[in-house]
Amino acid sequence: MHIVVCIKQVPDTKNVRIDPDTHTLVRQGVESIINPFDLFAVEAALQIKDASSATITVITMGPPQAEEALREVLSRGVDAALLLSDRAFAGADTWATSVTLSAAIRKLGNVDLILCGKQAVDGDTAQVGPEVATLLDIPYATFVKKMEPLDAQHLKVTRQTDEGTEVWKLSTPALITVIKEVGEPRLPSLRHKMRAKKAAIPVWGIAELGLDANDVGLCGSFTQVVRVFSPPRRTDRVIIEGSLEEQVEQLYRYLKEAKVPGI
Amino acid sequence: MNYFLTEEQQMIQELAAQIAREKIKPVRAQLDEQEEFPWEIMQVLAQADLFGLYIPEEYGGMGGGILENCLAIEQLAQACIGVATSFAASGLGAYPILLYGSEEQKQRYLPEVAAGKRLAAFGLTESSAGSDVSGIKTTAVRDGDHYLLNGNKQWITNGGEAEIYSVLALTDRSKGPRGASFFIVEKGDPGFSFGRKEKKLGIRASATRELIFQDCRIPKDRLIGREGIGFINAMKTFDKSRPGIAALGVGLSQGALDLAVEYARQREQFGKPIITFQAIQHKLANMAIKTEASRALLYAAARHMDTEPPDASKLAAMVKVFSGDVAMEVATDAVQILGGYGYMQDYPVEKMMRDAKILQIYEGTNEIQRNIIGQELNKEYSRIKETFF
Ligand SMILES: Cc1cc2nc3c(=O)[nH]c(=O)nc-3n(C[C@H](O)[C@H](O)[C@H](O)COP(=O)(O)OP(=O)(O)OC[C@H]3O[C@@H](n4cnc5c(N)ncnc54)[C@H](O)[C@@H]3O)c2cc1C
Repeated sequence: MHIVVCIKQVPDTKNVRIDPDTHTLVRQGVESIINPFDLFAVEAALQIKDASSATITVITMGPPQAEEALREVLSRGVDAALLLSDRAFAGADTWATSVTLSAAIRKLGNVDLILCGKQAVDGDTAQVGPEVATLLDIPYATFVKKMEPLDAQHLKVTRQTDEGTEVWKLSTPALITVIKEVGEPRLPSLRHKMRAKKAAIPVWGIAELGLDANDVGLCGSFTQVVRVFSPPRRTDRVIIEGSLEEQVEQLYRYLKEAKVPGI
Repeated sequence: MNYFLTEEQQMIQELAAQIAREKIKPVRAQLDEQEEFPWEIMQVLAQADLFGLYIPEEYGGMGGGILENCLAIEQLAQACIGVATSFAASGLGAYPILLYGSEEQKQRYLPEVAAGKRLAAFGLTESSAGSDVSGIKTTAVRDGDHYLLNGNKQWITNGGEAEIYSVLALTDRSKGPRGASFFIVEKGDPGFSFGRKEKKLGIRASATRELIFQDCRIPKDRLIGREGIGFINAMKTFDKSRPGIAALGVGLSQGALDLAVEYARQREQFGKPIITFQAIQHKLANMAIKTEASRALLYAAARHMDTEPPDASKLAAMVKVFSGDVAMEVATDAVQILGGYGYMQDYPVEKMMRDAKILQIYEGTNEIQRNIIGQELNKEYSRIKETFF
């Protein structure tokens, strides 16, 4: 079984600031991390590899420094990594990103399963997974918390939705986006870390992928980010903390102070 | 400070630090409070390949030496020396096999230890044999193709949790120190059982138990090396393992120093952060000086000891004694700097001070280490013909 995991480097959300004048993300000095949900996708792939004999390739589209993210994942035990990097890819929206990723997966060939995180924490769209599957014309399932191979061509997946749990049978090749319930990502091992340090990571651009510059990056994007802003803080909210009794007592006091009828 | 570590050594540090930060720190207070053996963390360490750092590659290890092992232990110890002791004690239990075991024994046991699949332990101490190792009473009597072991080992780290035990027993009482031999005893061997788990001042995440041998029958090929070399094996094992105790001390000191500085910068009294008071500054300065000195001595000595030098015993004793004493001082000072908060279990320095004490006691008390250093100096200088006067 050949599994491809798509990962993305994102700014460390714990430290993200919005520039108050330009209303855009301040990326300077912000460390990059691997999108946390993608690490669950990596873990899910490794679990399949533990149980059977899978080969895992991890791919990312990003600037040259995204190679760091690939080495980090190699150190956790995936077999190979591939960087999709080209000036032409810059400014891609989810569609242009999916065009690029799906072209790479098609070129890799013989892929049985594609795993993605449920969404990236910087854009929060959750679109890339389903788009890639659509472009590849394969079935997909999102927000998956559990998967079991049924036979060589089928997987049983359990999805978590707001309404409840759904169980699906999927024929492979398929794409799955996972949530954190698949299992806590394992840490690197020393042997994998040493291998990762030396591993050759091929870089594919539009030439290797046979893509037209007009179909990728900003040129190939249907959407553009015009402005990013954080909504003004609402100051009229109070968060009540403490034990249940304390919370009730405080709430009662607030209502009383606000002269709510009947209190 | 740059200690000019190789890329691989830096990776070991990084990985162990990540495990300490993500897996040990969040649970250390709970492990201490509930005296829980950290099996989950042992599995993480196993999966990370850290149990085999000092074991040659042909036996499934990473092919490193004392320094590599110490680098990992130090980082783990920064979070909790109870956990790090359990990790390091597996090495202590495996060294007698690595040093004097037959090829067959090495092939059989070391890969499992290196992979962290089975923990090892070291059984020497008895109620009548602490510092005076020659006081051991456990016997091993040859009976055809077997040995019969009888006796008790006390306070054995990883006792009950480990599956592979290197046990010292007398094979010939008449020969004194030359009549002792090491045996490999496995959990489950007939006649081998465990006493209750000890309640301890510190390192409460580690398990300490009695090993009980009542007509414990083991195949004769469990003898390590040959009869009579048990004491030599024990001493050579300590030369390899004592630097690991020093690494526990360096890690603990660094952990306590980090907390003390951070706290002193934040805590305000008399309208100022307490770090602005010279009395606090000097205490912190001394803690930092001693921590770095113990690390520098450990790294330099570990590199040297990895070349199998003749003065290994002296240096192993030096690093053990120095960093153990430093850790005790630094942890005590950290509690002082945190004041009443330092005395409370809500802050980790209270545990660190309780934990640090063991470093001056096990694997040979610090008094015994000074005896060794003194005796080695006496020998060394007896060989020097010139006078220094
Ligand atoms: C938590 C814990 C874990 C342990 N784990 C293991 C283990 O895994 N395997 C194992 O075999 N043992 C283990 N031990 C035993 C440990 O190594 C011994 O406790 C230690 O060697 C000291 O022996 P003792 O406690 O009998 O002290 P004693 O030898 O009775 O010493 C008492 C005091 O007298 C001092 N003293 C004794 N002789 C001299 C001397 N000649 N000169 C100066 N001072 C002297 C000592 O330094 C000490 O201060 C462990 C002990 C503890 C507490």
